Amino acid sequence: MSAAQRVAEEGRVGVVVVSHSGPVAEAVAELARGLAGLTTAPVAPAGGTRDSGLGTSADLVVEAARAVDGGAGVALLVDLGSAVLTVKALLAEEDELPANTRLVDAPLVEGAVAAVVTAATGADLDAVAAAAEEAYGYRKV
Amino acid sequence: MSGTASASNSDPVPARAHPDAGSGGSPDEGLDAAFFLRWLAAVAAAVGREADRLTALDAAIGDADHGSNLRRGFTAVATALDADRPGTPGAVLALAGRQLISTVGGASGPLYGTLLRRTGKELGDARRVSVAELGAALRAGVAAVAQLGGSAAGDKTMLDALMPGADALGASDAAGDPFGAARAAAEEGARATEALRARKGRASYLGERSVGHLDRGASSSALLFATLAEVAR
Repeated sequence: MSAAQRVAEEGRVGVVVVSHSGPVAEAVAELARGLAGLTTAPVAPAGGTRDSGLGTSADLVVEAARAVDGGAGVALLVDLGSAVLTVKALLAEEDELPANTRLVDAPLVEGAVAAVVTAATGADLDAVAAAAEEAYGYRKV
Repeated sequence: MSGTASASNSDPVPARAHPDAGSGGSPDEGLDAAFFLRWLAAVAAAVGREADRLTALDAAIGDADHGSNLRRGFTAVATALDADRPGTPGAVLALAGRQLISTVGGASGPLYGTLLRRTGKELGDARRVSVAELGAALRAGVAAVAQLGGSAAGDKTMLDALMPGADALGASDAAGDPFGAARAAAEEGARATEALRARKGRASYLGERSVGHLDRGASSSALLFATLAEVAR
């Protein structure tokens, strides 16, 4: 996966989709961007390892977070296992991720869509995180 | 990999012509940066040797990448330490931890990375640390791992080797063999994971079927204490 392109917008919350799989992260980011409609928000994938294997790359996560950081905060959506642990370890470090970066407790796909749609309205990080977390409540049966 | 590791072994600190002659790390004089450089070089060599065994353990209840992930991580650690040669024990461990977090790719990266980084931070800027100080710092590192993973003793994880190992090192009388005691405790903890049911990570999806297999994280953690005992000898 190539280095993240800078897509940040001044004053808008950015969203990063972290998955064990590069294609999953890219597709979920694309889906969220697509469902947000004409007005979207900065979203970047950070999937797999740098050599395109399955796993989590701390460096790709940091690059993606910087790429979407427009000064209003960054919401990190993650899938499982090493993705969760890598993001938590990075947050504990306090010097690599942009200021006001947060791990959002949400299901990956539904949470990413909710986060991007909410961020696109210009909402702050608290509101973006809350919208993503609410996705746990959408029962399907 | 083995080239990097043996280079570190033979010449841990360029400024000192004979690293073992004066201080270097005998437990009663305090452990210096050279001691920790030797330890991590030995870990890199041991992980390289044992990678296939660790991966085979992981194949039974995980995703068969533990050995190769750790080999990649500790190779990067050896390379970074060779290039930087930090001057204090704390800085050696902090740099090693950061390397593991960024290069491993699996859950063992942030877990071992947090262990070494937190242990290093606990040691602060001291140029030499006692075995008791290392034991206390390791216990703080292990606590950080437990917090990160949301795990406890008995969950069939690396904690089942790390906790008894760090406790034994911290509790040991410096006049005895603290590193040998820590090694024995960690190895016993790792062996005991065979009877446990996994409660964390991918292996937990297997439920009762995880019983009867050694935990690979506990096995690699025991390797850390085994190399520590070898380097301290």
